[in-house]
Amino acid sequence: MATWRMGTSRPADDTTSRSNPELSHRVRSLVFLPAVSAVTRPAVSANGLVPSLEICGLHKSFGPLEVLKGVDLKVAHSELVFVLGPSGSGKSTMLRCCNRLEEPDFGEIFIEGDLITGRGVNLNAIRQRIGMVFQAFNLYPHLSARKNVTLALRKVRGMRWDESNAHAMEALDQVGLADKAESYPSELSGGQQQRVAIARALALEPQVMLFDEPTSALDPELVGDVLEVMRNMKAAGMTMLVVSHEMNFAREAADRVIFMDQGQIVEQGLPAEVFGFPRHERTRAFLSRVKGM
Amino acid sequence: MDRIVDQFFNLEIMVAAWPTVLQGLGMTVLICLAVIPMGLGGGLLAALGSTARRHWIRWPVVVFVDFFRAIPPLVLLIFVYAGLPFAGIRLSPFAAVVIAFFLNNSAYYGEIFRAGIQSVGFGQTEAARSTGLSAIQTLTHVILPQAVRNVLPDLLSNTIEVIKLTSLASVVSLAEMLYSADMARSVTYNASPIVLAAGVYLVLLWPLVRLVSRFGRGLAT
Repeated sequence: MATWRMGTSRPADDTTSRSNPELSHRVRSLVFLPAVSAVTRPAVSANGLVPSLEICGLHKSFGPLEVLKGVDLKVAHSELVFVLGPSGSGKSTMLRCCNRLEEPDFGEIFIEGDLITGRGVNLNAIRQRIGMVFQAFNLYPHLSARKNVTLALRKVRGMRWDESNAHAMEALDQVGLADKAESYPSELSGGQQQRVAIARALALEPQVMLFDEPTSALDPELVGDVLEVMRNMKAAGMTMLVVSHEMNFAREAADRVIFMDQGQIVEQGLPAEVFGFPRHERTRAFLSRVKGM
Repeated sequence: MDRIVDQFFNLEIMVAAWPTVLQGLGMTVLICLAVIPMGLGGGLLAALGSTARRHWIRWPVVVFVDFFRAIPPLVLLIFVYAGLPFAGIRLSPFAAVVIAFFLNNSAYYGEIFRAGIQSVGFGQTEAARSTGLSAIQTLTHVILPQAVRNVLPDLLSNTIEVIKLTSLASVVSLAEMLYSADMARSVTYNASPIVLAAGVYLVLLWPLVRLVSRFGRGLAT
């Protein structure tokens, strides 16, 4: 079955774990390596580990509009990479290419060394390895929180009813919503809905989680709970690629910040570097505009 | 006054005509049992076709739906029953009714299902596919349950229309309820059997009409 990923190859990054250690432990217990095989890439990165997520020369156009003009990015195990940039810079499109919700025109994407772009890839299999959280939550309104989580467990993972329920309750517990399992999305606040959406993705035990502006649709007072859940996931060793405007979150939780503009990665570095000493003029202009808000 | 009662509400004649009308009701129910599920099934396929991304699937379906929505069902029925024999295709009255109403209903149910499917945001599909559900699983477990719920009053309303539509089958001398009642009228030379049939339609359909109205109120508030 699944093998434990933590405790073997993971670097000890528990210094970042300033939140509830018990909760972190429970998040960790959900991080399995599912036994899914695809085209495997022998290439190994500089530090001897295959990156969790690797994007090579990604191009994407919508009609005459070139949204991505050759993006290269590697995300290491347990790394939280924060992507920022003006609207229309291609950051969401890049994210959506990573689980093939958008079809890249050129370029390759690897998950744990497995090629996921091109023909002949089992999309439904690779998508279980890549969790995605949407700006608009996109919970199924006709299903309870618990059933939102169990649907893919039963239909994709082939779990039995009781097994999927136990798994879903565990995932809902991770995000602090076990007591809301039988509530319908319309009965939940925006922040709670987004946490159920995270549980839905987390329950499939993905190797990488993609966040597409997870807090942009939330009232300010509800943002904190969602960020807390993301912090716990990070502490538990999840690999995360986050598109967001939560600068404070980026400053404290991100391992690396990437600034994108006009379909390219303009600048990247530690949060302190990018926010404190932006090298590129476009980064400076963007940051000053955001700070002015 | 007595004359009106005698001509339209003659109990004696109604009692005498009852077995005939009841037999006709049986045929009406039989037509409904054939035509409604087939129409729902055909309508679902039409809706999937008319919302397909590939245009070579979409446009023939759109033409099909438009065509059969524009043709009056009575014209279609008479063409299938009395027109097709000129092409060597000879159908029983029942088969002609089922085919004509299947085509008509598929087009109407199809438009309702299409509206329902399009009322479900694309984010639902994206969320479902992102968890590894296949296109078919997304459709059956995520899109259709929401789509059907959103257009349930329209589906029910159309179904009432279909039940009433079955009385057209009398023109191809299929012995459904109206035809049987009209037979009884011509034999007894009295309108009471027709009134009886009308009463049966009323008793059957009135609760459904009420239900649709309540749905409408429920959605409005």
